[in-house]
Amino acid sequence: MRFVKEFRDPHLAEALLARINHVAERIGHRRARPVTVMEVCGGHTHTIFRYGLDRRLPANIEFAHGPGCPVCVLPKGRIEDAIALAHRPDVIFTTFGDAMRVPGGRGSLLQARAAGADVRMVYSPLDALALARANPERQVVFFALGFETTAPSTALTILRAGAENIGNFSIMCQHITIIPTLRALLAQPDFTVDGFIGPGHVSMVIGTDPYAFIARDFRRPLVVAGFEPLDILHSLLMVLRQIEAGEARVENQYARVVAAQGNKAAIAAIERVYEVRAECEWRGLGQIAGSGLQLRAEWAGFDAEKRFAMQPHHLADLEQCRCGDVLTGRIKPPQCQSFGRACAPDHPAGALMVSSEGACAAYYEYHGVGEAA
Amino acid sequence: MPGTLTGIGVDGRITLAHGGGGSAMRALIDKVFLSAFAQGPAAVQEDQARLDLAALSARGDRLAFTTDAFVVEPLEFPGGNIGTLAVCGTVNDLAVGGASPVALSAAFVLAEGLELALLRRVVDAMAQSAAQAGVRIVTGDTKVVPRHACDGLFVTTSGVGVIRPQYNISIAAGQVGDVVLVNGTLGDHGAAILCARGDLALQTSLQSDCAPLNTLVETLLHAVPDVHCMRDATRGGVAGVLSELAEASGLLVKVHEATLPVRPEVEGVCEILGLDPLFLANEGKLVAVVPASHAQRALAAMQGHPLGRNAAVIGTLQASPGGQGGVQIVNEFGGARVLTMPSGEQLPRIC
Repeated sequence: MRFVKEFRDPHLAEALLARINHVAERIGHRRARPVTVMEVCGGHTHTIFRYGLDRRLPANIEFAHGPGCPVCVLPKGRIEDAIALAHRPDVIFTTFGDAMRVPGGRGSLLQARAAGADVRMVYSPLDALALARANPERQVVFFALGFETTAPSTALTILRAGAENIGNFSIMCQHITIIPTLRALLAQPDFTVDGFIGPGHVSMVIGTDPYAFIARDFRRPLVVAGFEPLDILHSLLMVLRQIEAGEARVENQYARVVAAQGNKAAIAAIERVYEVRAECEWRGLGQIAGSGLQLRAEWAGFDAEKRFAMQPHHLADLEQCRCGDVLTGRIKPPQCQSFGRACAPDHPAGALMVSSEGACAAYYEYHGVGEAA
Repeated sequence: MPGTLTGIGVDGRITLAHGGGGSAMRALIDKVFLSAFAQGPAAVQEDQARLDLAALSARGDRLAFTTDAFVVEPLEFPGGNIGTLAVCGTVNDLAVGGASPVALSAAFVLAEGLELALLRRVVDAMAQSAAQAGVRIVTGDTKVVPRHACDGLFVTTSGVGVIRPQYNISIAAGQVGDVVLVNGTLGDHGAAILCARGDLALQTSLQSDCAPLNTLVETLLHAVPDVHCMRDATRGGVAGVLSELAEASGLLVKVHEATLPVRPEVEGVCEILGLDPLFLANEGKLVAVVPASHAQRALAAMQGHPLGRNAAVIGTLQASPGGQGGVQIVNEFGGARVLTMPSGEQLPRIC
């Protein structure tokens, strides 16, 4: 497959690993503590485990697995809200496959479907809109989730629904943004991450400029990266070179897809349709100010929460789950006492076990339970 | 005698009358099922098929018996339909035990409103696959249910076959050092079905790999009678079979990812949806475990058969440190991961 296989070439990977080793060795002479690099995006976490990249790093270089898996950070209360809506007899509830298995307090959307709710998997919000056109006597609700990667397609769907005046379509908006969450992490006094591998798909939309504060205010390098193993290794090398040189800049390894200014049409669609929520809850991290999107007043007619006068639930994360500590790089998944016992992919207790892009699920899937870090 | 469909019912669709035991049902059985399946006038008179024991005994020392229910959406897809699946699935379940398939039964649950022409295509595909496998469909049943009670058409087939004395194939018979082979590319059926559902809007030339594997198995067993384990890789994919193999033998199945045969189109579908071809369904693929000394002969035998041209050695069985068994996938980077079965079907990753 062109433009994929080239980025999985094992010989080039060896060459990059050799360079990573050299830089790591030089850095190691100057500092006692290992260098921790956080990959922000769940897609990167998946690649790292899928190819065993974490096991190929020198001893003084570690990955910390960041909060960029939108399915993992879906709060349990929101799943409960979604299930309640899906059980209404007049509703066809639609969402992406990823969200179907996420457990709320009392089960998942998949289980709700088995119990009689009309829950359907779609590949795009436009599919949900098509369902609304085809079923004028039913209410079609799309559970809109994801970062800036998926927010534009939901926004364009709302614009289309508005233009066609489709009255039986609405969305339950759970779109979130990564920048406020990165800022909140960096502001924590014991946050020890030394540099970032920045998300690729989000940056394709927002560009690289919004990360400038990380270098400027927090003196950490960030390299926006693609999703293939060579992309990750190359980006790690770029981060390490900055650390070695004592620099902190935003660089773009994924220039074949990401432009510095992002995608202007997508940004315009986001700005036209959404506004920032004052507070947004992230499973495992809690409330983060300004990290969620909601429909602007102009589009409130398409807001399922208003249309159905939903009363949002709040369900606390389990106390024994240490998702927050994993997300901030303080511990590795097996150091959580629930890992592989009370919490496993077929019965996830914590956020990071929910999707294969979550750090704990990836650890479980690719390393097994028996293994410590 | 491919009869016309006229006279079976109104509007060319199944109605509840076709399951009512009267003349409409008789017409359906005669004009659709018997015209496709019956191979002689005697075959249709009795309530049960009768198989000659002496003839069976001459072919082997054990009778193999299996059953499988088939539901699929869509009912027709590139490379076959639910009828092709129903015959091939049961033939393959017999074949991978070393049995030569002898006879099948077929039971149909039809939804009111089903197009007769579609039913005819399904039944014709069954007759064609049965002929390809050299097996007869000797008994059957039909029920019609109200349209909301069934999604078009369900088929259940059972089959009997005979196993020769010299074959001893078991999922638990793998030994340290044995070599694992597959007869071709992974995930063609699963990927073809995903695309055929149409909601991905992907244009591909993918076809289901649906095929009866009994002649391939005969070719393989003729070359290497000492096959230790064999299983067809349907739901759960090759990964499912490898997991069963590891669990039953308590050994480590070590698979080299670079050796897995996968079509570029299937790889593309998997890339887009975040799926793994190892877990995608197949309907014409088997996993065979043979002693290392016979591996090349087994590979050559499979590659010499039309259904094994892309056959490959994909791994080996090794002692498992804990004695628990497991599947380990070694990638081109030298990294290794533990293969764990998902609790249900893989769901596409979108966001």
